[in-house]
Amino acid sequence: MLKHHVKLEKNSIFLLIGIVIAISVGGIIEILPLFRKETTIEPVKGIRPYSPLELAGQKIYLREGCYNCHSQQIRPLRDEVERYGHYSLAAESMYDHPFQWGSKRTGPDLARVGGKYSDEWHVQHLIRPQDLVPESIMPGYSHLVNRAADLDNIEEDLKVLRIIGIPYSDEMIANAKLDAYAQAANDSEQHEGLQARYPKANIRNFDGQTLTSEMDALVAYLQLLGTMAELKDYHPAPTTTAGDSR
Amino acid sequence: MDTQDKTPIYNDEIVKLFTIATVFWGVVGFLVGVVIALQMAFPALNVGEYLTFGRLRPLHTSAVIFAFGGNALFATSYFSVQRTCRTRLWGDSWSKFTFWGYQIFIVLAALGYVTGVTQAKEYAEPEWYADLWLTIVWVAYLVVFLMTLKGRREPHIYVGNWFFLAFIVTVAVLHLANNAAIPVSLFGTKSYPLWGGVQSAMIQWWYAHNAVGFFLTAGFLGIMYYFVPKRAERPIYSYRLSILHFWSLIFIYIWAGPHHLQYTSLPDWAQTLGATFSIMLWMPSWGGMINGMMTLSGAWHKLREDPVLRFMIISLAFYGMSTFEGPLMSIKTVNALSHYTDWTIGHVHSGALGWVAFISFGAIYHLVPILWKKEGLYSLKLVNAHLWIATTGIVLYIASMWASGIMQGLMWRSYDEMGFLNYSFVETVLAMHPFYVIRAIGGLLFLIGALIMVYNLIKTVKGDSVAFKTPGQNLGQETANA
Repeated sequence: MLKHHVKLEKNSIFLLIGIVIAISVGGIIEILPLFRKETTIEPVKGIRPYSPLELAGQKIYLREGCYNCHSQQIRPLRDEVERYGHYSLAAESMYDHPFQWGSKRTGPDLARVGGKYSDEWHVQHLIRPQDLVPESIMPGYSHLVNRAADLDNIEEDLKVLRIIGIPYSDEMIANAKLDAYAQAANDSEQHEGLQARYPKANIRNFDGQTLTSEMDALVAYLQLLGTMAELKDYHPAPTTTAGDSR
Repeated sequence: MDTQDKTPIYNDEIVKLFTIATVFWGVVGFLVGVVIALQMAFPALNVGEYLTFGRLRPLHTSAVIFAFGGNALFATSYFSVQRTCRTRLWGDSWSKFTFWGYQIFIVLAALGYVTGVTQAKEYAEPEWYADLWLTIVWVAYLVVFLMTLKGRREPHIYVGNWFFLAFIVTVAVLHLANNAAIPVSLFGTKSYPLWGGVQSAMIQWWYAHNAVGFFLTAGFLGIMYYFVPKRAERPIYSYRLSILHFWSLIFIYIWAGPHHLQYTSLPDWAQTLGATFSIMLWMPSWGGMINGMMTLSGAWHKLREDPVLRFMIISLAFYGMSTFEGPLMSIKTVNALSHYTDWTIGHVHSGALGWVAFISFGAIYHLVPILWKKEGLYSLKLVNAHLWIATTGIVLYIASMWASGIMQGLMWRSYDEMGFLNYSFVETVLAMHPFYVIRAIGGLLFLIGALIMVYNLIKTVKGDSVAFKTPGQNLGQETANA
């Protein structure tokens, strides 16, 4: 073996090729099969693309780096399921580009935070977390309240996501801007169509001001998290401990 | 360049530039690290919109990994590839372009973070335009390195250069695959990555774990393979071991990514593969540590005299420790406890501070007198002070993170006798506070150590005094004339 290794040591191109082969195998074997979605993602009813306002909210979530401290991935462990709810399914993040599973829980998991707190709680908490949770070490995000959400060109985002493979219809793209503003309004003719296009969307003025703010968008996103999937179709068994084959 | 001259005129100007950048970004990165550590202990320090933890944390990770670590790799690879190939670095203007191009990338990325421009993928936060720019710079780096190898006047390519080459090539592959994205507008900053959900998670951790494997391990092993033998004035312990652990390391490392996704929605088979290869990785990792440490065979006494060599050997000890801890944490049952906690943060820092930064400090202390043509460093006492202050800092850092990580993991899964969860989430946050303070003190000590280094290096360059002749300084010339 050592004798043959000399060939690699004496030719930089052979060495380069050898390296490329060595580093390719693992990646190919682990990554490529995942693109066969029928074996990677369990079919779960209810998962839909984000509404324009929710998408704008997710963009704020990414911008502020929320993923640095909050995971969106509940593991099938007894305490996690009790604390946060049903363990996360692959389908639930299939429209997240990029995924937001996170790697650190400086704050709690947010995979199923939707519907757990009121809008008022979220708004107050985001402005100054310590007002509601004195021990919290989360930064405040008061700048979200007075800034208009960037929604006027949101259909461009939907178009790019459609190229990537998110099933946004022509109708969704055509209505994107109207839908975005309508979702944060208490009254709009757009509501019926919006609800049909995006089932389970929370439609209301989230922060109580007339301005469709970044706060509206972010709270719309947070209130949706984990609420899309029809988990009743799923066996509720939270953990499979050794000896429990079911 | 006169080809008749047996002593090639090396391009050390470019190495100087990268060395200065390494030290500068190192201090910046450590400083931001201390700031965000303090923010976790005292959340009131999250001031305004641009300097919150969520925006500064990517600034810290990028500054230390890519700015400090990256510049250290450029400096040391450019320095050692010339010596080991006994030829001048190929393409003066190309290498100069890699310097300014890389600094521009760092600034582009950093400006993005504080203004909220991010792909939101850990260690791959720069947006599409910065990624494209980095691709161009990186191709230039590969060309410079390969062309220098091609022009070598040694029959064999030295083992350090295998590692540098593997690092450059693999980082290019990882960077391209993980950052594939479509911008929303050519005049805007926002893009959407091609990969979503499970695929996104797998590709991201394949990328991120191998950023550790190839940027922070293979690259820095390249440093180790040149600078440890040089400093100790001993040949590398085992040539066979080099071959064995080089190929096994790069082959196995690439599989280990999924251990970041244990118990997640990633299919089980991928999790199991990731964990299995992570455990296998222990051996090739220790192969590198053993090869480095045993190079001191017959020269152990040098540790008593030379604090620079001490930096290098302590770095190998930390490397050995964190590459043992890593496989341990990839075991599913351990990971169930450690994942999402500070234990991971402590683990990363024992590698990053102990291994990556210490081997870099060793290399910098070795390089500066050579590059600026001084006989030695200004003060070895200060090197020693740096060493022990920084080591104390690391120990405080990782010990506090072990304590807080394991404690928080246990608190999360703690039940009372009625079968209810014992602690609310925020109670576990409160319990972290003292450890976050200790961690910040540890980080501060590490930063103070680095500032001592800056002082020492400036004094060295100014040529105020001579303390210790840098060993191996004329070795290249001697062999060249042999």
